[in-house]
Amino acid sequence: MALNIRTYHDVEDGASDLGEQVAGQQARVDARLAAVRHVVGVMSGKGGVGKSLVTAALATVLARRGHAVGVLDADLNGPSIGRMLGCPRHPLAVHRDGIDPCMAPSGVLVMSMDLLLDPDTALHWNEPSEASFVWRGTQERSALREFLADVRWGPLDALLVDLPPGVGRLAELHELLPDLAGVIAVTIPSAASRDAVGRSLDLAARRGIRVLGLVENLRGYRCETCGDDGPLFGGDASDELSRRFDVDPLGALPFDPTLDRAAAAGALEAWLSAGGATATDLSGIAARVERAVLGEPCATRAAAP
Amino acid sequence: MKFLCVDCDEQMRFEERQLPGDGTLAAVFRCPSCGRMTAMLTNPMETQLVSSLGVKVGGRTVPEAPFEGIRTGVGSGREDAFEAADPTPPGPADAPARVTWSVEAVERLGHVPSFVRGMVKKIYTEYARDRGISEITPGVMDRARTDLGLEGM
Repeated sequence: MALNIRTYHDVEDGASDLGEQVAGQQARVDARLAAVRHVVGVMSGKGGVGKSLVTAALATVLARRGHAVGVLDADLNGPSIGRMLGCPRHPLAVHRDGIDPCMAPSGVLVMSMDLLLDPDTALHWNEPSEASFVWRGTQERSALREFLADVRWGPLDALLVDLPPGVGRLAELHELLPDLAGVIAVTIPSAASRDAVGRSLDLAARRGIRVLGLVENLRGYRCETCGDDGPLFGGDASDELSRRFDVDPLGALPFDPTLDRAAAAGALEAWLSAGGATATDLSGIAARVERAVLGEPCATRAAAP
Repeated sequence: MKFLCVDCDEQMRFEERQLPGDGTLAAVFRCPSCGRMTAMLTNPMETQLVSSLGVKVGGRTVPEAPFEGIRTGVGSGREDAFEAADPTPPGPADAPARVTWSVEAVERLGHVPSFVRGMVKKIYTEYARDRGISEITPGVMDRARTDLGLEGM
């Protein structure tokens, strides 16, 4: 005898409520970021172009210009923002309503896997290891959601999200934050970077994500003795990408050994205070980001955790 | 996902969640009419997939805790990455002066990732104290996990 089984939708709701749970997760992201004026992604598509350094330095400059700034390190497997911004390795305080971010000496609020892992330890997820490809991506997407929703960011003028190489995390970020203010793309002059960054810009265009501008990093080598710039890479990726995708150039940065050392030591604030040509270049980029999206500082840190 | 009691044509209701071992997640459902119970078992990969989504089969019994997925999922975290910020509320009048741990419970606690072990120990201790339990055993830990929604801890 054939059983007369009802359909899924014929049966009243209330059993698993997985849909409501997922909607609740999104609501938590929205509620947490209600006091954040602008969320800005920093992307490249290519690894090794200095994207995290640009993010950390830009955040520090914006903080010095009076903005309340947070940095979310979405590069879960290669986190470096905590070190660059000089975050002390204190335990993060867990409250019932969220987790306090680290406050860098510059006042920038930071959340990064860098703060949660032992030095020289790779991120690995608990068992099972077999068929981990099935769930690893989901786990990482959930971690990004928790970084957004569970950190007590407080009121911010800008939350910069440092995206890992590749285009997948940008899509995830945009799904979580359809109102993303935009992205800053970072490239180096080489043809390989032009191709990889071009793919990221293409994805941004296809998803309707606003590109705030393009930063060309490692354009030449700035000698720390004489201050002169010498050649480093061949190519004109920035000009080509700006033309092809109609993206505004935000500025260029040379490879400056003093900046590199400052980032490695978590001393960007002191490096900026010392001034110099590269610090001036960074200020110019920050000013263009302000004009493109941030406007005047607004969020007050007094109400921040 | 819904479970239907075919005899009664009634949707079965979520009863409880258990982690019996081997990475298995057991979600138990009961028919509200005839009382028949059925358990849905997931294999370790399915358990991990559900866990990675940050959802609870059968529905949530407690609100999602901050970094719940990260704290239960990351296996290589720093031991002192987190500390509880909220002051511990006073326990009930009949709370035991001291909560002890059985040898078996300590052994099981050792399986919790070091990343969150300190916090998990505190949660279990508060759970026991609030209920007047003076010794934490694996059975108490099981009940706490179910009551507090601590799958994976």
